[in-house]
Amino acid sequence: MYTEVDTLDSPNLGMPPGHHGGARPDAVRRRKCATQMTQSADTIDWAQIIARVRDDKDKQAFAILFEHFAPRVKAFLMRSGADPSMAEECAQEVMATLWQKAHLFDPARASASTWIFTIARNRRIDAIRKQKRPDPEDLPWGPEEEPDQADILVLQQESEKLGEAIASLPDKQKELIEKAYFGDLSHSEIAAETGLPLGTIKSRIRLALDRLRHAMK
Amino acid sequence: MTDTIQHHLSDALLMAYSAGTLPEAFSLTVAAHVSMCDECRARLGAFDTVGGALIEQTETVQMAEDSFEATMARINNAEPEPQARPVRRGGLLPAPLQDYVGGDLDAIQWKPIGMGVKQAILPTSRDATARLLYIPAGAAVPDHGHRGTELTLVLQGAFADEVDRFGPGDIEIANEDLDHTPVAEAGADCICLAATDAPLRFRSLIPRIAQPFLRI
Repeated sequence: MYTEVDTLDSPNLGMPPGHHGGARPDAVRRRKCATQMTQSADTIDWAQIIARVRDDKDKQAFAILFEHFAPRVKAFLMRSGADPSMAEECAQEVMATLWQKAHLFDPARASASTWIFTIARNRRIDAIRKQKRPDPEDLPWGPEEEPDQADILVLQQESEKLGEAIASLPDKQKELIEKAYFGDLSHSEIAAETGLPLGTIKSRIRLALDRLRHAMK
Repeated sequence: MTDTIQHHLSDALLMAYSAGTLPEAFSLTVAAHVSMCDECRARLGAFDTVGGALIEQTETVQMAEDSFEATMARINNAEPEPQARPVRRGGLLPAPLQDYVGGDLDAIQWKPIGMGVKQAILPTSRDATARLLYIPAGAAVPDHGHRGTELTLVLQGAFADEVDRFGPGDIEIANEDLDHTPVAEAGADCICLAATDAPLRFRSLIPRIAQPFLRI
Protein backbone atom coordinates (compact mmCIF):
# COMPACT_ATOMS: atom_id res chain seq x y z
CA MET A 1 0.00 0.00 0.00
CA TYR A 2 2.73 2.37 0.87
CA THR A 3 4.57 1.94 -2.42
CA GLU A 4 1.74 3.68 -4.21
CA VAL A 5 1.60 6.42 -1.66
CA ASP A 6 5.29 7.12 -1.58
CA THR A 7 5.27 8.68 -5.00
CA LEU A 8 2.79 11.33 -3.89
CA ASP A 9 4.67 13.02 -1.15
CA SER A 10 7.27 11.48 1.10
CA PRO A 11 7.33 13.05 4.58
CA ASN A 12 10.85 14.33 4.03
CA LEU A 13 10.19 15.94 0.71
CA GLY A 14 10.93 19.61 0.68
CA MET A 15 13.06 19.58 3.80
CA PRO A 16 16.55 18.54 2.66
CA PRO A 17 18.94 20.99 4.29
CA GLY A 18 20.28 23.56 1.89
CA HIS A 19 18.11 22.34 -0.95
CA HIS A 20 16.94 25.83 -1.80
CA GLY A 21 20.25 27.56 -1.16
CA GLY A 22 21.84 27.70 2.28
CA ALA A 23 21.90 31.49 2.43
CA ARG A 24 18.16 31.85 2.89
CA PRO A 25 16.74 32.37 6.37
CA ASP A 26 14.79 29.38 7.66
CA ALA A 27 11.38 30.99 7.41
CA VAL A 28 11.81 31.81 3.75
CA ARG A 29 13.10 28.38 2.89
CA ARG A 30 10.17 26.81 4.66
CA ARG A 31 7.68 28.90 2.74
CA LYS A 32 9.17 28.06 -0.62
CA CYS A 33 9.01 24.37 0.23
CA ALA A 34 5.46 24.74 1.47
CA THR A 35 4.34 26.24 -1.82
CA GLN A 36 5.86 23.36 -3.73
CA MET A 37 4.18 20.81 -1.51
CA THR A 38 0.82 22.52 -1.86
CA GLN A 39 1.13 22.34 -5.61
CA SER A 40 2.07 18.65 -5.58
CA ALA A 41 -1.00 17.96 -3.44
CA ASP A 42 -3.28 20.04 -5.68
CA THR A 43 -3.88 17.16 -8.02
CA ILE A 44 -5.47 15.07 -5.26
CA ASP A 45 -9.22 15.37 -4.76
CA TRP A 46 -9.23 15.18 -0.97
CA ALA A 47 -13.00 15.36 -0.67
CA GLN A 48 -13.26 12.25 -2.81
CA ILE A 49 -10.57 10.47 -0.75
CA ILE A 50 -12.43 11.26 2.48
CA ALA A 51 -15.65 10.01 0.87
CA ARG A 52 -13.89 6.68 0.17
CA VAL A 53 -12.89 6.43 3.83
CA ARG A 54 -16.44 7.30 4.87
CA ASP A 55 -18.33 5.03 2.46
CA ASP A 56 -16.00 2.07 1.96
CA LYS A 57 -13.69 2.17 5.01
CA ASP A 58 -11.02 2.26 2.31
CA LYS A 59 -7.67 1.70 4.00
CA GLN A 60 -5.73 2.67 0.90
CA ALA A 61 -7.48 6.04 0.66
CA PHE A 62 -6.80 6.53 4.36
CA ALA A 63 -3.10 5.83 3.77
CA ILE A 64 -2.99 8.66 1.23
CA LEU A 65 -4.57 11.03 3.76
CA PHE A 66 -2.20 9.81 6.45
CA GLU A 67 0.91 10.24 4.34
CA HIS A 68 0.06 13.84 3.51
CA PHE A 69 -1.59 15.13 6.68
CA ALA A 70 -0.11 13.23 9.65
CA PRO A 71 3.37 14.84 9.34
CA ARG A 72 1.70 18.26 9.06
CA VAL A 73 -0.54 17.70 12.04
CA LYS A 74 2.50 16.55 14.05
CA ALA A 75 4.41 19.69 13.03
CA PHE A 76 1.41 21.87 13.92
CA LEU A 77 1.20 20.29 17.38
CA MET A 78 4.93 20.70 17.97
CA ARG A 79 4.80 24.35 16.93
CA SER A 80 1.94 24.72 19.41
CA GLY A 81 4.12 23.50 22.26
CA ALA A 82 3.81 19.69 22.30
CA ASP A 83 6.97 17.62 22.74
CA PRO A 84 7.72 15.11 19.95
CA SER A 85 6.29 12.03 21.68
CA MET A 86 3.07 13.80 22.66
CA ALA A 87 2.79 15.28 19.15
CA GLU A 88 3.22 11.80 17.65
CA GLU A 89 0.53 10.34 19.88
CA CYS A 90 -1.88 13.23 19.31
CA ALA A 91 -1.29 13.16 15.54
CA GLN A 92 -2.20 9.45 15.52
CA GLU A 93 -5.35 10.25 17.50
CA VAL A 94 -6.24 13.06 15.07
CA MET A 95 -5.84 10.69 12.12
CA ALA A 96 -7.96 8.04 13.87
CA THR A 97 -10.62 10.72 14.44
CA LEU A 98 -10.62 11.47 10.68
CA TRP A 99 -11.54 7.85 10.06
CA GLN A 100 -14.23 7.80 12.73
CA LYS A 101 -15.80 11.16 11.86
CA ALA A 102 -15.49 11.04 8.07
CA HIS A 103 -19.32 11.18 7.89
CA LEU A 104 -19.25 14.66 9.49
CA PHE A 105 -17.06 16.21 6.78
CA ASP A 106 -19.01 18.74 4.69
CA PRO A 107 -16.97 19.69 1.59
CA ALA A 108 -19.38 22.56 0.79
CA ARG A 109 -18.32 24.34 3.97
CA ALA A 110 -14.71 23.27 4.53
CA SER A 111 -11.76 21.96 2.56
CA ALA A 112 -10.07 18.78 3.79
CA SER A 113 -7.16 20.71 5.31
CA THR A 114 -9.62 23.06 7.07
CA TRP A 115 -11.53 20.14 8.54
CA ILE A 116 -8.34 18.41 9.62
CA PHE A 117 -7.11 21.66 11.17
CA THR A 118 -10.25 21.85 13.33
CA ILE A 119 -9.74 18.28 14.55
CA ALA A 120 -6.04 18.90 15.31
CA ARG A 121 -6.90 22.14 17.09
CA ASN A 122 -9.51 20.41 19.26
CA ARG A 123 -7.01 17.70 20.17
CA ARG A 124 -4.46 20.37 21.09
CA ILE A 125 -6.94 22.14 23.39
CA ASP A 126 -7.84 18.81 25.06
CA ALA A 127 -4.38 17.37 25.43
CA ILE A 128 -2.08 20.35 25.75
CA ARG A 129 -4.18 23.20 27.13
CA LYS A 130 -6.42 20.84 29.16
CA GLN A 131 -9.34 23.10 28.39
CA LYS A 132 -12.77 22.63 26.94
CA ARG A 133 -13.88 24.43 23.79
CA PRO A 134 -17.64 24.28 23.31
CA ASP A 135 -18.66 23.84 19.65
CA PRO A 136 -21.51 25.71 17.98
CA GLU A 137 -24.75 23.88 17.40
CA ASP A 138 -24.42 21.45 14.52
CA LEU A 139 -26.11 22.16 11.18
CA PRO A 140 -26.02 18.79 9.42
CA TRP A 141 -27.45 18.00 6.00
CA GLY A 142 -30.55 15.84 6.31
CA PRO A 143 -30.73 12.31 4.84
CA GLU A 144 -32.38 13.55 1.62
CA GLU A 145 -30.35 16.67 1.03
CA GLU A 146 -26.75 16.79 -0.06
CA PRO A 147 -24.36 19.66 -0.68
CA ASP A 148 -24.26 20.92 -4.25
CA GLN A 149 -21.31 19.62 -6.33
CA ALA A 150 -20.69 23.06 -7.87
CA ASP A 151 -20.56 24.60 -4.38
CA ILE A 152 -18.02 21.99 -3.32
CA LEU A 153 -15.78 22.70 -6.29
CA VAL A 154 -15.86 26.48 -5.86
CA LEU A 155 -15.17 26.18 -2.13
CA GLN A 156 -12.14 23.98 -2.75
CA GLN A 157 -10.82 26.48 -5.30
CA GLU A 158 -11.40 29.45 -3.01
CA SER A 159 -9.66 27.65 -0.14
CA GLU A 160 -6.62 27.12 -2.36
CA LYS A 161 -6.67 30.78 -3.41
CA LEU A 162 -6.76 31.86 0.22
CA GLY A 163 -3.81 29.59 0.92
CA GLU A 164 -1.87 31.25 -1.89
CA ALA A 165 -2.80 34.70 -0.58
CA ILE A 166 -1.53 33.78 2.89
CA ALA A 167 1.69 32.35 1.47
CA SER A 168 2.36 35.64 -0.32
CA LEU A 169 1.66 37.90 2.67
CA PRO A 170 4.57 40.04 3.90
CA ASP A 171 6.68 38.05 6.39
CA LYS A 172 5.76 40.17 9.39
CA GLN A 173 2.04 39.84 8.82
CA LYS A 174 2.25 36.12 8.18
CA GLU A 175 4.23 35.64 11.38
CA LEU A 176 1.49 37.37 13.38
CA ILE A 177 -1.16 35.10 11.89
CA GLU A 178 0.95 32.02 12.58
CA LYS A 179 1.48 33.18 16.16
CA ALA A 180 -2.27 33.57 16.61
CA TYR A 181 -2.98 30.06 15.26
CA PHE A 182 -0.12 28.32 17.03
CA GLY A 183 -1.42 29.71 20.32
CA ASP A 184 1.13 32.45 21.04
CA LEU A 185 -1.31 35.37 21.01
CA SER A 186 -4.32 36.05 23.23
CA HIS A 187 -7.50 37.46 21.68
CA SER A 188 -6.68 40.93 23.00
CA GLU A 189 -3.26 40.74 21.33
CA ILE A 190 -4.73 39.89 17.92
CA ALA A 191 -4.85 43.00 15.75
CA ALA A 192 -8.28 44.42 14.99
CA GLU A 193 -7.37 44.47 11.28
CA THR A 194 -5.93 41.13 10.23
CA GLY A 195 -5.53 42.16 6.58
CA LEU A 196 -6.61 38.67 5.50
CA PRO A 197 -8.69 38.51 2.28
CA LEU A 198 -11.57 36.49 3.75
CA GLY A 199 -14.55 38.07 1.94
CA THR A 200 -14.91 35.58 -0.90
CA ILE A 201 -14.55 32.41 1.13
CA LYS A 202 -16.99 33.79 3.71
CA SER A 203 -19.56 34.49 0.97
CA ARG A 204 -19.20 30.94 -0.39
CA ILE A 205 -19.74 29.39 3.03
CA ARG A 206 -22.66 31.73 3.65
CA LEU A 207 -24.24 30.57 0.38
CA ALA A 208 -23.87 26.93 1.43
CA LEU A 209 -25.47 27.75 4.81
CA ASP A 210 -28.38 29.50 3.08
CA ARG A 211 -28.96 26.42 0.90
CA LEU A 212 -28.81 24.22 3.97
CA ARG A 213 -31.33 26.42 5.84
CA HIS A 214 -33.59 26.30 2.80
CA ALA A 215 -33.32 22.50 2.69
CA MET A 216 -34.16 22.26 6.40
CA LYS A 217 -37.47 24.12 5.97
CA MET B 1 -33.35 35.14 14.22
CA THR B 2 -30.22 35.12 12.17
CA ASP B 3 -31.35 38.04 9.91
CA THR B 4 -32.24 40.41 12.73
CA ILE B 5 -28.87 40.33 14.49
CA GLN B 6 -27.17 43.75 14.43
CA HIS B 7 -24.16 43.25 16.71
CA HIS B 8 -21.65 40.58 15.73
CA LEU B 9 -18.40 39.06 16.98
CA SER B 10 -15.12 40.85 16.24
CA ASP B 11 -12.51 39.38 13.90
CA ALA B 12 -10.10 39.05 16.85
CA LEU B 13 -12.57 36.93 18.84
CA LEU B 14 -13.44 34.75 15.85
CA MET B 15 -9.78 34.22 15.01
CA ALA B 16 -8.91 33.36 18.63
CA TYR B 17 -11.88 30.97 18.81
CA SER B 18 -10.80 29.36 15.55
CA ALA B 19 -7.24 29.08 16.86
CA GLY B 20 -8.58 27.60 20.10
CA THR B 21 -6.91 30.08 22.43
CA LEU B 22 -9.92 31.66 24.18
CA PRO B 23 -10.76 30.96 27.81
CA GLU B 24 -13.59 28.43 28.05
CA ALA B 25 -16.18 31.04 29.17
CA PHE B 26 -15.46 33.13 26.05
CA SER B 27 -15.49 30.06 23.79
CA LEU B 28 -18.92 29.19 25.17
CA THR B 29 -20.21 32.70 24.40
CA VAL B 30 -18.76 32.64 20.86
CA ALA B 31 -20.20 29.14 20.26
CA ALA B 32 -23.62 30.32 21.50
CA HIS B 33 -23.60 33.40 19.22
CA VAL B 34 -22.43 31.39 16.19
CA SER B 35 -25.26 28.92 16.85
CA MET B 36 -27.70 31.84 16.44
CA CYS B 37 -25.94 33.77 13.64
CA ASP B 38 -25.19 32.33 10.18
CA GLU B 39 -23.16 35.42 9.24
CA CYS B 40 -20.67 34.75 12.04
CA ARG B 41 -20.81 31.00 11.33
CA ALA B 42 -19.63 31.78 7.79
CA ARG B 43 -16.96 34.19 9.06
CA LEU B 44 -15.77 31.51 11.47
CA GLY B 45 -15.58 29.09 8.53
CA ALA B 46 -13.32 31.60 6.77
CA PHE B 47 -11.02 31.78 9.82
CA ASP B 48 -10.94 27.96 10.04
CA THR B 49 -9.88 27.99 6.38
CA VAL B 50 -6.88 30.11 7.39
CA GLY B 51 -5.97 27.42 9.94
CA GLY B 52 -6.30 24.79 7.21
CA ALA B 53 -4.01 26.79 4.93
CA LEU B 54 -1.41 27.05 7.71
CA ILE B 55 -1.54 23.26 8.27
CA GLU B 56 -1.07 22.80 4.53
CA GLN B 57 1.88 25.20 4.42
CA THR B 58 3.61 24.25 7.64
CA GLU B 59 6.85 22.29 7.59
CA THR B 60 6.38 18.55 8.11
CA VAL B 61 7.71 16.39 10.93
CA GLN B 62 8.29 12.74 10.14
CA MET B 63 5.95 10.31 11.88
CA ALA B 64 7.31 7.33 13.82
CA GLU B 65 8.07 4.24 11.73
CA ASP B 66 5.12 2.15 12.93
CA SER B 67 2.79 5.13 13.03
CA PHE B 68 0.32 4.06 10.37
CA GLU B 69 -0.13 0.59 11.86
CA ALA B 70 -0.45 2.09 15.34
CA THR B 71 -3.17 4.42 14.04
CA MET B 72 -5.04 1.53 12.37
CA ALA B 73 -4.85 -0.31 15.70
CA ARG B 74 -6.36 2.73 17.46
CA ILE B 75 -9.18 2.75 14.91
CA ASN B 76 -9.86 -0.97 15.29
CA ASN B 77 -9.82 -0.81 19.09
CA ALA B 78 -11.98 2.30 19.40
CA GLU B 79 -15.58 2.20 20.52
CA PRO B 80 -17.93 3.51 17.83
CA GLU B 81 -18.10 7.33 18.20
CA PRO B 82 -21.34 8.75 19.47
CA GLN B 83 -22.45 11.93 17.68
CA ALA B 84 -20.35 14.32 19.72
CA ARG B 85 -21.38 17.67 18.32
CA PRO B 86 -24.17 19.47 20.11
CA VAL B 87 -27.57 19.31 18.43
CA ARG B 88 -30.45 21.52 19.56
CA ARG B 89 -33.27 19.74 21.33
CA GLY B 90 -35.80 22.56 21.00
CA GLY B 91 -36.15 25.33 23.55
CA LEU B 92 -34.68 28.83 23.72
CA LEU B 93 -31.03 28.20 24.59
CA PRO B 94 -28.50 27.37 21.86
CA ALA B 95 -27.22 23.77 22.13
CA PRO B 96 -23.78 24.56 23.64
CA LEU B 97 -25.52 26.45 26.47
CA GLN B 98 -28.01 23.63 26.98
CA ASP B 99 -25.01 21.38 27.54
CA TYR B 100 -23.72 23.60 30.36
CA VAL B 101 -27.13 24.19 31.94
CA GLY B 102 -28.21 20.57 31.63
CA GLY B 103 -31.44 21.55 29.87
CA ASP B 104 -33.28 24.66 28.75
CA LEU B 105 -34.55 27.74 30.66
CA ASP B 106 -36.43 25.71 33.27
CA ALA B 107 -33.22 23.89 34.24
CA ILE B 108 -31.31 27.08 35.13
CA GLN B 109 -30.57 27.38 38.87
CA TRP B 110 -31.07 31.13 39.39
CA LYS B 111 -29.67 32.97 42.44
CA PRO B 112 -31.10 36.42 43.24
CA ILE B 113 -28.50 39.22 43.36
CA GLY B 114 -30.79 42.13 44.22
CA MET B 115 -33.37 44.40 42.57
CA GLY B 116 -35.00 41.45 40.86
CA VAL B 117 -31.84 40.59 38.95
CA LYS B 118 -30.83 36.91 39.08
CA GLN B 119 -27.75 35.06 37.91
CA ALA B 120 -26.49 31.51 37.37
CA ILE B 121 -22.74 30.93 37.13
CA LEU B 122 -21.82 28.21 34.65
CA PRO B 123 -19.02 25.71 35.33
CA THR B 124 -16.03 26.77 33.21
CA SER B 125 -12.28 27.02 33.71
CA ARG B 126 -11.27 29.79 36.12
CA ASP B 127 -9.43 32.08 33.67
CA ALA B 128 -12.79 33.66 32.85
CA THR B 129 -16.34 33.48 34.18
CA ALA B 130 -19.58 32.77 32.32
CA ARG B 131 -22.93 33.59 33.90
CA LEU B 132 -26.52 33.72 32.80
CA LEU B 133 -28.27 36.94 33.85
CA TYR B 134 -31.99 37.44 34.30
CA ILE B 135 -32.99 41.11 34.24
CA PRO B 136 -36.71 41.88 34.73
CA ALA B 137 -38.18 44.08 32.00
CA GLY B 138 -37.37 47.72 32.82
CA ALA B 139 -34.72 46.90 35.47
CA ALA B 140 -31.07 47.98 35.33
CA VAL B 141 -27.78 46.22 36.01
CA PRO B 142 -25.74 48.51 38.31
CA ASP B 143 -23.42 50.97 36.52
CA HIS B 144 -20.10 49.21 36.02
CA GLY B 145 -16.78 49.31 34.18
CA HIS B 146 -14.45 46.49 33.13
CA ARG B 147 -10.83 45.64 33.77
CA GLY B 148 -10.67 43.10 30.99
CA THR B 149 -13.21 42.13 28.34
CA GLU B 150 -16.91 41.51 28.91
CA LEU B 151 -19.03 39.73 26.29
CA THR B 152 -22.81 39.95 26.67
CA LEU B 153 -25.05 37.85 24.42
CA VAL B 154 -28.80 38.47 24.50
CA LEU B 155 -30.84 35.26 24.53
CA GLN B 156 -34.30 36.73 25.20
CA GLY B 157 -35.74 40.25 25.47
CA ALA B 158 -33.44 43.22 24.91
CA PHE B 159 -31.38 45.78 26.77
CA ALA B 160 -30.05 49.22 25.96
CA ASP B 161 -27.02 51.00 27.34
CA GLU B 162 -24.88 54.03 26.50
CA VAL B 163 -23.71 52.26 23.31
CA ASP B 164 -26.85 50.94 21.61
CA ARG B 165 -29.81 48.60 21.83
CA PHE B 166 -29.11 44.86 21.94
CA GLY B 167 -31.80 42.33 20.99
CA PRO B 168 -31.88 38.52 20.72
CA GLY B 169 -28.65 37.14 19.24
CA ASP B 170 -26.83 40.48 19.54
CA ILE B 171 -23.48 40.47 21.31
CA GLU B 172 -21.91 43.46 23.06
CA ILE B 173 -18.12 43.47 23.38
CA ALA B 174 -17.03 45.79 26.20
CA ASN B 175 -13.48 46.56 27.26
CA GLU B 176 -11.88 48.79 29.89
CA ASP B 177 -12.92 51.96 28.01
CA LEU B 178 -16.62 51.35 28.61
CA ASP B 179 -18.62 52.23 31.73
CA HIS B 180 -22.21 51.28 31.16
CA THR B 181 -25.59 50.74 32.80
CA PRO B 182 -27.53 48.17 30.79
CA VAL B 183 -31.31 48.59 31.21
CA ALA B 184 -33.71 45.84 30.15
CA GLU B 185 -36.43 46.95 27.72
CA ALA B 186 -40.10 46.80 28.57
CA GLY B 187 -41.76 43.64 27.28
CA ALA B 188 -40.15 40.25 27.84
CA ASP B 189 -37.71 39.88 30.75
CA CYS B 190 -34.14 39.97 29.46
CA ILE B 191 -31.96 36.85 29.64
CA CYS B 192 -28.27 37.20 28.73
CA LEU B 193 -25.10 35.20 28.77
CA ALA B 194 -22.20 37.31 30.09
CA ALA B 195 -18.54 36.31 30.09
CA THR B 196 -15.75 38.28 31.78
CA ASP B 197 -12.03 37.66 32.13
CA ALA B 198 -11.65 40.06 35.10
CA PRO B 199 -14.00 41.19 37.88
CA LEU B 200 -16.36 44.05 37.00
CA ARG B 201 -15.82 47.48 38.60
CA PHE B 202 -19.00 48.89 40.09
CA ARG B 203 -19.44 52.64 40.51
CA SER B 204 -21.57 52.62 43.64
CA LEU B 205 -20.75 51.22 47.06
CA ILE B 206 -23.48 48.64 47.66
CA PRO B 207 -22.71 46.37 44.67
CA ARG B 208 -19.00 46.77 45.46
CA ILE B 209 -19.51 45.45 48.99
CA ALA B 210 -21.70 42.63 47.71
CA GLN B 211 -19.27 41.71 44.93
CA PRO B 212 -17.06 39.18 46.77
CA PHE B 213 -20.13 37.27 47.97
CA LEU B 214 -21.88 37.26 44.61
CA ARG B 215 -18.78 36.50 42.55
CA ILE B 216 -19.71 39.17 40.04
